[in-house]
Amino acid sequence: MILSAEKKKSRKDHIGLSEAKNQFSIALAGNPNVGKSTIFNALTGLHQHTGNWPGKTVDNAQGDFQYRQKSFIIIDLPGTYSLLAHTVEEQIARDFLCFANPDVTVVVLDATCLERNLNLALQVFEITPKVIVCLNLMDEAQKKDLVIDLPSLEHELGVPVIATSARQGEGLKELREKIYQVATGSLQTRPRQIVYSSDVEEAVRDLLPHVETIANNPLSPRWIALRLLDGDGSFLDSLSNYLSIDRDLSPGWEESKCAH
Amino acid sequence: MKGAGKIDPLADLSPGSVCQIVSLELSGLLRRRILDMGIVPGTIIRCIRRGPSGDPTAYLVRETLIALRNEDATQILVKRLSNGEENV
Repeated sequence: MILSAEKKKSRKDHIGLSEAKNQFSIALAGNPNVGKSTIFNALTGLHQHTGNWPGKTVDNAQGDFQYRQKSFIIIDLPGTYSLLAHTVEEQIARDFLCFANPDVTVVVLDATCLERNLNLALQVFEITPKVIVCLNLMDEAQKKDLVIDLPSLEHELGVPVIATSARQGEGLKELREKIYQVATGSLQTRPRQIVYSSDVEEAVRDLLPHVETIANNPLSPRWIALRLLDGDGSFLDSLSNYLSIDRDLSPGWEESKCAH
Repeated sequence: MKGAGKIDPLADLSPGSVCQIVSLELSGLLRRRILDMGIVPGTIIRCIRRGPSGDPTAYLVRETLIALRNEDATQILVKRLSNGEENV
């Protein structure tokens, strides 16, 4: 996706992301200690410099790499277990994924405790369809005699799944290639969406028409509706801030409170 | 087995006992946090040990040790699968 100058400026102001023209932006998300930074360093060859988020003390590392005559900027997000914003780190990661609209999000998972890690992947799937799952620490998983059925996992998740051992440099070539394919749109992804209970789905359906009227909205209306149902105040603050909408006037908010 | 299949608050479990989550009677951010940690209905959870003053208590969930305040653990309802100390 190539952005207009105007949109680019607002992205820089809000997110602190300073990508050059014709550069694809890649976000690295994942639980803490899954090797995101190792992957970041391996992809960028240690060309990173740290960028600062406006108003935040938490740094996010940015670096770039070239692949097949394309330029990529990669953003190493803070490690989080969730995106439902209890902590500053979660809020930063969520706001980046929601409002910086990266061309590809790589969710890095710890292959040794997949069950716990998949929660974050499913949350990311609700925000953006352009996701690649990177199963890191495959060497550790092998030591624990864990066998992971990659084709089945890929089928279940609906996005490419790449196995890596970043410390050993294994799987990075394939990861680069998949990033390229998803960024350029030559590979389409259809991440699995969670279907909630019929009550929740019904409330989402009721909210969608209201959410869809929000102007300049880069976000999935479904994601917004779900957060409204959560009564997630921190997300509504970010939404108002990034999209410059007056929360008191935005339709659906009062109704969502009733539904909640 | 005595007590197996009974619905109890998680806080009532003694170290060594294993149970399955039935429901979370929590709300708001705490509920969200508990769910994010993988404590959802159906999850198997093992009570490991209590803190020195009986609070908090450490539980093993999906191969991860998590400490919960008893105050919060009383609001998590579980089905006992096997009992701890009294059976050991």
